Amino acid sequence: MEMKRDYYEDLRLLDSPAQVFWLLLLLAALTALPFLASNYLLYTLNLMAIHVIVALGLNLLIGYTGQISLGHAGFFAIGAYATLGLMTQAGLPFWLALPLAGLISAGFGFLLGLPALRLEGPYLAIATLGFGLTITQILGRLETFGGHMGLQAPPLTVFGLAIDNDAARYAVIMPVCVVLAWALRNLTRTRVGRAFVAIRDSDIAASCIGVNLTYYKTLAFAVSAFYTGVGGGLMAFVLGFIAPHTFNIMVSILFLAMVVVGGLGSILGSVLGAILISYLQIELSRIGSLPVLGPLLMDISTRFFTESGLPNVQYVVFGLIMVLIIIFEPLGLYGIWIRTKLYWRTWPF
Amino acid sequence: MFFQLIVSGIAIGATYALMALAMVIIYKTSEVLNFAQGDMAMLSAFVAFTLLTEHNLGFPAAFAGALAFAFALGAFLEFAFLRRAKEPNVLGLIIITLGLEMILYGLASWKWGSDQKDFPFPVSDFDTHEIGAVVISDLNLVTLAVALSLMLLLFLFFRYTKAGVAMKATQQNETAARLMGIRVNRILMLTWGISSVVGAAAAFMIAPVDTLDPNLMWTPQLKGFSSAVLGGMTSLVGAVGGGFLLGVIENLFGGYVSVEFKSVVAFAVIVVILCLRPSGLFAKHYVRKV
Repeated sequence: MEMKRDYYEDLRLLDSPAQVFWLLLLLAALTALPFLASNYLLYTLNLMAIHVIVALGLNLLIGYTGQISLGHAGFFAIGAYATLGLMTQAGLPFWLALPLAGLISAGFGFLLGLPALRLEGPYLAIATLGFGLTITQILGRLETFGGHMGLQAPPLTVFGLAIDNDAARYAVIMPVCVVLAWALRNLTRTRVGRAFVAIRDSDIAASCIGVNLTYYKTLAFAVSAFYTGVGGGLMAFVLGFIAPHTFNIMVSILFLAMVVVGGLGSILGSVLGAILISYLQIELSRIGSLPVLGPLLMDISTRFFTESGLPNVQYVVFGLIMVLIIIFEPLGLYGIWIRTKLYWRTWPF
Repeated sequence: MFFQLIVSGIAIGATYALMALAMVIIYKTSEVLNFAQGDMAMLSAFVAFTLLTEHNLGFPAAFAGALAFAFALGAFLEFAFLRRAKEPNVLGLIIITLGLEMILYGLASWKWGSDQKDFPFPVSDFDTHEIGAVVISDLNLVTLAVALSLMLLLFLFFRYTKAGVAMKATQQNETAARLMGIRVNRILMLTWGISSVVGAAAAFMIAPVDTLDPNLMWTPQLKGFSSAVLGGMTSLVGAVGGGFLLGVIENLFGGYVSVEFKSVVAFAVIVVILCLRPSGLFAKHYVRKV
């Protein structure tokens, strides 16, 4: 909401010294965390960081370029399987396999972007949904990737160091997340990022002022798929085991929920949304053991529902959040943050 | 072999046609692509299952009860959620229906657990008739009969009843319909109710072939989308034709090319049709206003 007065102000990476200060503080906190936090918290943070990467990629596509995708679990799966495949079958080291898997995923993103040139709105949603469903079905049939039984992640070493606990995985995942977030922030300030936004606001107007729709739409899909693929590659090692059903349609919808809840077209929003949804996902999957809510829901479950189905309450919560956000706060958490900031700006007047 | 594939393709296509019809009814009236369609149908199938097994109702009573539930559910969702969205855009509407889909999925798997159940049905898939060289099962025949009679009913409804004509008017021009004294909000509720009933009927036919679990309708929903795209999202006749056509194409692909990758056909059809003829095979060409 800051007023931009000239072009160079718009181009700056950081707007104010205050922002620099908070950013440095955040980086320092992120660096200090593995030495302070418990294993469980680090595991949670790893999941969150991966989801932040995916949400950033998806937000680039939906929030910045205005193209809907309901198939990002497909790219997530491709990234995960490609990383494991490149490491176990081609014998590549992790630091090479991960970006390569991202590129393979980006290749599929480019291919999915081609029909997207002709499609818009609901049609694109259908096509990408079909992509997401189809990829997992194909992966289930490929015997080299373990079929429906899935794949075990090999022991991970990066530059000779064994990555075998959550703190070490954190040290791998968090830098990737920070670098990718920084890269996306940069991308949105460049010619490419402006072209994306122009396409979102009106693709016909954008092509009239010389934005090559073919190039930029497929590029948006490819970059978005790259982010998601890298996220998938990291996810394979956090989970330790992947199977086609790890990447079902619900995963795609959760990614979408992160972006929508966080706020479309905002990097801060993607981060907030990914953190909130992953936190809820982890907490709600063991909802029965939560302090006050757990016994109450358990009681309701035994009377009217089934106890074994109780963790599925999370889907009800996510669904409600998505519906309510769209109805009451279409800008998401980012919108709430902006309004809070504006409210306090002139405090105490 | 060839005729067998075509006949069983038509039988399976009948359920796709019903799903496509359910989606197109809503899409045509309100431009909402309903991603909750499959799970609305799934929930209705579970209600039928509960009425049959726990309340020991007969088949006619249980199915009628479940269809009434489906109608109420559709109307309620439109009233409670879709209508509340202020100035929604395409993405917003898609997200709302996806959210509803998750809510319904969560409720169903909370209530009935995620284990697979056998859906009782009066006719079986294993009693078969031979006509010439073609084998067709009782279930296939019933599916076809139900699908065709529902389509006929819908046709008569749109053609001869006041509500049906009002619905068509709303589809053509909502503002004009409102000015002519049609209560558009009620029409939308009715649309969602009818669409939900059609989807539920499809789910009753699909559940006995498959097993009943909360994931029951995901694949049929994609097939329904695919059929609707094949026939044209704005044409009821097109959706039905698309459903049968997709069933046949899929079966021929499974028979002659590869059974393994049969599930890819629906997606391939979507991509090919959208690239070559985005308005579908049977619908008039659609031009976007700038």
